[in-house]
Amino acid sequence: MIEVIIRVLGVVVAFLTLPLLVGQAEHKVMAHMQGRLGPMYAGAFHGWAQLIADGVKFVQKEDIVPADADRPVFRLAPVIALLPYLVALLFIPLGPGDWMVGQPIDIGLFVVLAVVGVGVVAVLMAAWSSANKYSLLGGLRAAAQLLGYELPFVLSAASVAMAAGTLSLSGIVAAWRPWWLLWQLPAMVVFFVSGLAEIRRPPFDMPIADSELVFGYLTEYTGLRFAFFLLAEYVGIVVISALTTVLFLGGWKGPFDAPMGWLWTLVKTFAVSFVVIWVRVAYPRLREDQLQRLCWLVLVPVSLGQLVLTAGVRVLA
Amino acid sequence: MEAIPGKGLAKGLAVTARTMAHRAHTQQYPDVEPDLPPRSRGVIALFEENCTVCMLCARECPDWCIYIDSHKEEVVVPGAARPRQRNVLDRFAIDFSLCMYCGICIEACPFDALYWSPEFEYAEYDIRDLLHEKDRLREWMWTVPPPPAHDPMGEPAKEESVAARKAAR
Repeated sequence: MIEVIIRVLGVVVAFLTLPLLVGQAEHKVMAHMQGRLGPMYAGAFHGWAQLIADGVKFVQKEDIVPADADRPVFRLAPVIALLPYLVALLFIPLGPGDWMVGQPIDIGLFVVLAVVGVGVVAVLMAAWSSANKYSLLGGLRAAAQLLGYELPFVLSAASVAMAAGTLSLSGIVAAWRPWWLLWQLPAMVVFFVSGLAEIRRPPFDMPIADSELVFGYLTEYTGLRFAFFLLAEYVGIVVISALTTVLFLGGWKGPFDAPMGWLWTLVKTFAVSFVVIWVRVAYPRLREDQLQRLCWLVLVPVSLGQLVLTAGVRVLA
Repeated sequence: MEAIPGKGLAKGLAVTARTMAHRAHTQQYPDVEPDLPPRSRGVIALFEENCTVCMLCARECPDWCIYIDSHKEEVVVPGAARPRQRNVLDRFAIDFSLCMYCGICIEACPFDALYWSPEFEYAEYDIRDLLHEKDRLREWMWTVPPPPAHDPMGEPAKEESVAARKAAR
């Protein structure tokens, strides 16, 4: 019992700190990439407390539910958006051994992919219940995007699972060898790109598309509920980065990994998060048809090819 | 098509990375005074002692934001047959909620009584408080920078060349 409490507590602490770190990094990195300074005042030193200040502000805001909205669904959507990522964090291993993972299970990859897919439902709930045409448009875009990108996302993850011969996330890292970086490179790229699309990060933020759809499925949300959606986005970055790290970058493996493998996992996760932010700053949003084209004509064939390659190497070697 | 596929994508990443490696040029304004360019048009200062109440500035002002009141005073000059008359400035006010900072009044003033000052921190909560009277305008005179030096490579001033010609004759 105590063990369970400690494990859950550890995951909750990670859930509350890592997204804030990533969010603060996004504020500052994006600012400097655009030749700005970013937040400088909150917390006195280079605006380190900006996200805390934002949180306090969101809490103080009025909680509005539109008159025509489907009340219970509208109020439930932010929670459903946030929870899957919390659950997914439970299964991502930080280091070797049972103590470095929230809950070690043999089908970790399967569960994580399934749980992350629940995010689609939250978006559709938010979009449909808002009773707003922009929300609805955003929701329909999200449905088309998320269902499409789920395929290359799962296929590329299947490739690495096939290479390792296991669905356990710890098992995949244990089987990982440095030359996989080359062997699984296409799968890694496909996984990263479709992961970005899954968490609706720019340049794949068509469901939100603030220049076209006001704010997509988030149009009617304010205050704490809106903050939940924002937090879900940042936790999504952490989850996608951590999954990319564990599946393709060898998790806790690296020089001197015996005493501090967990540090390697964290460093790699933050490095991938940095790339997520970098990509957001560097590229404009795709058009809706370009989005579908990229998915069906590039990512799906590449991931299928990678599956064939992985199978071939496995059978021959 | 590009020569190398993905070249544009790499370029986008390179540009943002390079920008991040450079220092931002932001000046943290309330903490750091901004570097204003020379001849900044912040506010119009009045050198009251030079003003003769000729009203040229008030007439030339396109949106009539200058208010001038005056009266005449007799000055008895010893030895003169009759007392002289002199204009005394009672009120000189510029309504900066109307002023569009064209600088025509400064150009028009033949007695060098109006100057540009780089001072810009005179925002008010009420638009009516932007009507500034002559004492405030006189205070801004202290913030007027000295005129910039002449261009050493430029033509000499007209007065200088005339003086030189007279001396040569």
